[in-house]
Amino acid sequence: MLAYIVKRLLQAVPVLIGISIIVFLVMSVIPGNQATALLGAFATPENVAALNETLRLDEPIPVQYFAWLGGVLQGDFGQAYSLGRPVADELAGRIGPTFLLAGTALLLCTVFGLLAGSAAAVRQYGWTDRILSLLVLVGISTPSFWLGIMAIVLFSLTLGWFPTGDMYSLFGGGGLLDLLWHLTLPALTLAVVATGVVARLTRANMLEVLRQDYVRTARAKGLPERTVIGRHAFRNALVAMVPIIGIQAGFVIGGAVYIEEVFQWPGLGRMLVTAISQRDILLVQGGVMVVATAFVLINLTADVVQALLDPRVRER
Amino acid sequence: MGEPAEPGEPVAALAEPAGSGRAGAWARLTANRMTSVGLAVLGLLLALTALAPVLPLADPDATDLSRHLLPPFSEGAWLGTDQFGRDLLSRLVWGTRVSLGVGLAATLAAALVGATIGLLAAYYGRLVDTLLMRGIDTVLAFPYLLLALAIVAALGPSLLNALMAIAIVNVPFFARAVRGQALAIKNLDYIAAARLSGFSDARIILTEILPNVFPVVVVTMATTLSWMILETAGLSFLGLGAQPPTADLGSMLGNGRELVHRAPWVAVLPGVVILLLAVGINLVSDGVRDVLDPRLKSGVLVRPAALTARRLPDAASAAVSAAPAPALGPDLVLSVRGLSTRFEVGGRVLKAVEDVSFDISRGETLGLVGESGSGKSVTALSLAGLVASPPGVMVKGEVWLNGGSGGPIDLARADLATLQAIRGGRIAYIFQDPLSALNPVLRAGEQVAETLVRHRGLGRGAAMAEAVRLLDAVKLPGAREKARAFPHELSGGQRQRVMIAMALANRPDLLIADEPTTALDVTTQQRVLALLDELRRETGAALLFISHDFAVIGDLCDRVAVMYAGQIVEQGSAAALFARPAHPYTERLLQCVPDLKAPHDVTAIPNLPPAVDRLPPGCSFAPRCHRATQACREAPIALRALDGDHAARCLYAEEVAAGTAAPAGAPAHG
Repeated sequence: MLAYIVKRLLQAVPVLIGISIIVFLVMSVIPGNQATALLGAFATPENVAALNETLRLDEPIPVQYFAWLGGVLQGDFGQAYSLGRPVADELAGRIGPTFLLAGTALLLCTVFGLLAGSAAAVRQYGWTDRILSLLVLVGISTPSFWLGIMAIVLFSLTLGWFPTGDMYSLFGGGGLLDLLWHLTLPALTLAVVATGVVARLTRANMLEVLRQDYVRTARAKGLPERTVIGRHAFRNALVAMVPIIGIQAGFVIGGAVYIEEVFQWPGLGRMLVTAISQRDILLVQGGVMVVATAFVLINLTADVVQALLDPRVRER
Repeated sequence: MGEPAEPGEPVAALAEPAGSGRAGAWARLTANRMTSVGLAVLGLLLALTALAPVLPLADPDATDLSRHLLPPFSEGAWLGTDQFGRDLLSRLVWGTRVSLGVGLAATLAAALVGATIGLLAAYYGRLVDTLLMRGIDTVLAFPYLLLALAIVAALGPSLLNALMAIAIVNVPFFARAVRGQALAIKNLDYIAAARLSGFSDARIILTEILPNVFPVVVVTMATTLSWMILETAGLSFLGLGAQPPTADLGSMLGNGRELVHRAPWVAVLPGVVILLLAVGINLVSDGVRDVLDPRLKSGVLVRPAALTARRLPDAASAAVSAAPAPALGPDLVLSVRGLSTRFEVGGRVLKAVEDVSFDISRGETLGLVGESGSGKSVTALSLAGLVASPPGVMVKGEVWLNGGSGGPIDLARADLATLQAIRGGRIAYIFQDPLSALNPVLRAGEQVAETLVRHRGLGRGAAMAEAVRLLDAVKLPGAREKARAFPHELSGGQRQRVMIAMALANRPDLLIADEPTTALDVTTQQRVLALLDELRRETGAALLFISHDFAVIGDLCDRVAVMYAGQIVEQGSAAALFARPAHPYTERLLQCVPDLKAPHDVTAIPNLPPAVDRLPPGCSFAPRCHRATQACREAPIALRALDGDHAARCLYAEEVAAGTAAPAGAPAHG
């Protein structure tokens, strides 16, 4: 098992290098004078010169890349000019809220998606299946940013059950309960689409597994259906679902950008949207790099969990 | 299962009737009700947006501050107005036009680039493949929307840039799908032939490979289109896509969000249209996928129920035994009477098992022999209601299990709970391929222990200890360690020993072994068979042994039943049946067995068995029988007793048994 984890960690290294190259290249294809693009039309010549110096913009691209990567590896993502402070400091304060939101949504979509998908498969073509399939269809077709606004209109503005946004109350807030109260709507909204996808694929996987010979063997042993489905079928379907849930993490993190914007959640997503409209390239670069790295690590974790569930995976 | 569909033809016949070209595909697409709904929704939206210039709509950009924020159903503005007094209905129609256009353009761009990458990677392989696909994998390593954001960040916010960003992040899906399909067909003969004839690479890719990967491209387009519309709308919503005065559904929604306190309808409506668009596209794309990629068709994946469906003449009474229990001899373990099981597939009926009767006594081994598809396995699975259903249905017969405390039970009419108590307890199964029959993620010992917990009520620890003892009893070397192994860590013979230990765990009265050695190599076969025979003698269990191999049946069985096309065509003691086969089919089967001691010409039986949904009215074997006469083909033949318990389903059984030649002049029908 340890050997498998080490192997997967080593395999992640080239992926991370590839990611850093893409992030770097995307940012260096900006048309025109990069320093002017970064600093805006009102930059003083001194500012432009200073930026050219720090980014080594007058040197060849590979040199620039390694200079940037060297900084990143030491936790130095450069200076966020739109904020006037280091990118790393800004990122540090934004990571927590985003991962809290995305993590909660991922947990919700995993639990509800697996339950709904299994229930639909077990009652294939029954009413449960039909209603769930319809919900799934609507779920995966809903624009989450719109759903968030609708949730605010209904639950915040009309019913007054939940706050319209932010992470803590402005006055008198700050506790865990206050946080959960603020987290409920954004996390649920963010989970909707992913729950639909997980439920749909769980149903398909369960149907596939329920046709397998070992399910017939379990039934031929006289095991009750509860055991046949829960122990024999579901565990095998779960093996296939774990990497899919890992990939869903990517969609959830991406979707968090909308949800943070709608609910004014102080995370990386909102920071990115602001940074993009202000064209603060270093801030965007840093944010994308951090989130992409997290995504790679999540998928790595998913692979390890899959290997724990299925001994055959370890030997691949 | 698949057994009834094995001999040649029915496999193709079971599949959907092949549509004739485009009309057929359209008919199959609209045959699905949900797809039709999707087509209707999508068609309506498409028609509205296409006709936008000629529809009597207000100018979408005409502002009139005196009419700002009118609610829906206002005069002159059905859906209300926004904060500048612009007509929302008109803006929605034009906005949908933009969103749909951008989504389609992004999809086409992604398809074009992705398919090109996929084709090049597959066709040239090696370094080209490695470089291209590594790049694709790296793009996939990004969270979906995040790379799009980075691209927009670099290029600057605009609708065209958002389109490009969304297209780029979708390229990998096309590249991967196309590469996979292209690799699959690249090595086919006709591609090689085209190469040998000196066609250029470009010509081969465009005229030979591209048409074959086209369905994959269409399926991928259908599945990604709704994402691309949603995501471009999302970028516009964030203010990174459409810039004023251009408005798409996303930017309208972004605008509406600011007004949500005063005029919620401005935000509600664009979202509803996006939702309708996405639902329509998703419904149609499911339909398209079903038509173009039948493997994924939802209907094919049918979940077999815990109990075979039953439509028995007197099943409605729901009593455990509807018919009065017959008087069964004390030694009799199982008595099957007139059992008929069918497969009902799309309105067609396959008679997999027809009117099968047999008895098995304590300590006896009955061999059930026949070609694949003759109904042996279905017979065996019917006994405990384990035939996959749908499509299996038990329609007739009784299955009496004798010797329980409450007298004989008719298993064909017993409820699921009763059967579950018997399955793995008094009746146990050993299946053909132990690799697929054992659960890959559970340890061998656990899988044996499970049945002990279920039937003997042992605790977990005691069950594991007993499982190790059982594994030892089936001569699994190193039973204690092997109990902790997963099935894939064992050899084929070891896995089958685990199956046998599992089956014998609760000392069953009846052991059903369905081709237990077919999946094993020859030397292992002998050892497993010897073990099975030894354990059967020790436990005194009756054994129903299923095989297509007459040599194995001859070594092991006391009595033999021969099945053909779902019926028992001959039954009797092994000695009688081998010495004097009374059915031409048995006779021919025995001729197929090579015998080293008495070499003879091994002859194959001409032709294939009939498809079980197109059985001839008379004897099923008649079309392949050299003795068949007109009488054979006219009406069903009954199973007739000959001498002792020897019986055969043949008009000329006596002649066959006596070894007389076929009557002169009988047509050797082929």
